[in-house]
Amino acid sequence: MQDMTASINRPKVAIVDFGLGNLFSVKLACETAGLDHEITNDRRVIERSDAMILPGVGAFGEAMATLESHGLVTCIMDFIASGRAFLGICLGMQLLMSESEEFGRHKGIGFIDGRVVRFNNLNGEELVKVPQIGWNRIFSEGQRWEETHLNGIPDGAYMYFVHSYYAIPSDPRNVLSVTDYGGRRYCSGVSKDNVTAFQFHPEKSGVQGIKIYTNWALNIKRQMEAI
Amino acid sequence: MPKIVRIIPRLDIKGPNLVKGIHLEGLRVLGRPESFARHYYENGADEIIYIDVVASLYERNSLKDIISRTAREAFIPITVGGGLRTLSDIREALRAGADKVSLNTAAIRNPLIVREAARMFGSSTIVLSIEAIRHSDGRYFAYTDNGREFSGQEALAWARRAEELGAGEILLTSIDREGTGAGFDIELTRLISEAVSIPVVACGGAGGPCDIADVITEGKADAVAIASVLHYEYIDNANMREPAGVEGNTEFLKSNKGFSKIKHSGLMEIKGLLASKGIECRI
Repeated sequence: MQDMTASINRPKVAIVDFGLGNLFSVKLACETAGLDHEITNDRRVIERSDAMILPGVGAFGEAMATLESHGLVTCIMDFIASGRAFLGICLGMQLLMSESEEFGRHKGIGFIDGRVVRFNNLNGEELVKVPQIGWNRIFSEGQRWEETHLNGIPDGAYMYFVHSYYAIPSDPRNVLSVTDYGGRRYCSGVSKDNVTAFQFHPEKSGVQGIKIYTNWALNIKRQMEAI
Repeated sequence: MPKIVRIIPRLDIKGPNLVKGIHLEGLRVLGRPESFARHYYENGADEIIYIDVVASLYERNSLKDIISRTAREAFIPITVGGGLRTLSDIREALRAGADKVSLNTAAIRNPLIVREAARMFGSSTIVLSIEAIRHSDGRYFAYTDNGREFSGQEALAWARRAEELGAGEILLTSIDREGTGAGFDIELTRLISEAVSIPVVACGGAGGPCDIADVITEGKADAVAIASVLHYEYIDNANMREPAGVEGNTEFLKSNKGFSKIKHSGLMEIKGLLASKGIECRI
């Protein structure tokens, strides 16, 4: 049984559970940002939450299959349509796109028009390590971060990345941040309406990463007060 | 475009203590691992590696406690290795707060565990640990049990195989250099790093910041794991010669001696030197 008295007025976040990954740090980042959380794949729990996080490790196709088997694809679309805050992380960002070419061709949730492709192992003659594992910089490239969850994050801040595939949104207005790797500049963050998603792991990105969670939490609280 | 390298403190654990040996043997107690980890996080560590050097089943719970306490304070990736034998061992380490696990003995005994684990938890969660010794003919071989057991696997072939099986990264330790401060085995690091397309973390032998720069530029390391250089610097400055609650071989701590071959340096000093040599890292 959960202690209900402790959670009065604290926003409740549903963290989608794929049954694989380490959600420990996502959970801790939520706690640090003052958010209650529940790790779940039950759509009823998600439906009554104030906000939602779609994390994700593993392969695109399998993750979509897992979401579908729990009836979560329509649940996610309905949740987004309701206007509540939605955060995608890593594979959770890629899943929002229309399709991915990871191990074949797979249809995504499709909230953001675009596709997901793999990094090239070669940049000219130079060997590029894939997956990209480590810290890399995010740039605004003309986007105004003040009104977004990246408010207060320095342009060029280092964040922690682990991925072999990256998203290419069709509409540049959905691009929130960009990053350079293997000789190309790619999209490392997207935003559209109430949805924000990052290719990097804010919960593993030290103080700056936690600030993103805090910004997000603030936004959820404002949203709840407005209702 | 230059790569951005990671500097990763490696903390060897025995029971509740941080320890350090030479060639992975002769362990000395240095203090409480969580205090070191917190200090490193606050001073710019890019990740943390915990290795349970004894890997005793009876002391598993203390390792899990150390992982969980560290994960609460340090929002950077934590890799855990040492004695993980099965998929359920891996799952438990991840549940305790690890982001990645490193496998050595289990993978040598049954290479398919790498594939199964990569499929189940994602490639980027699975680090293959290779502990290598150079043989007199110049070839490098993988060992297990802190360099005591010969596996028969040549390090180069084993690294390639592990990549095929789905390992996301290789933690490459030179047992010959480990704990000596004599510098990394650059030949070994370069050999493996150029043979695989997954990142290679060089480990074993750092005597100071210049060695770290060398293994990146000449050895082509994608990341560097260091222990003594950082641990001794922290001990020098934290004035913790009689740490409370530490048991075991603490004579070394009380003796106030360092290692003459090792230049005690902090993370900022190391990263500053790397930056001055044009090597990019997160500062």
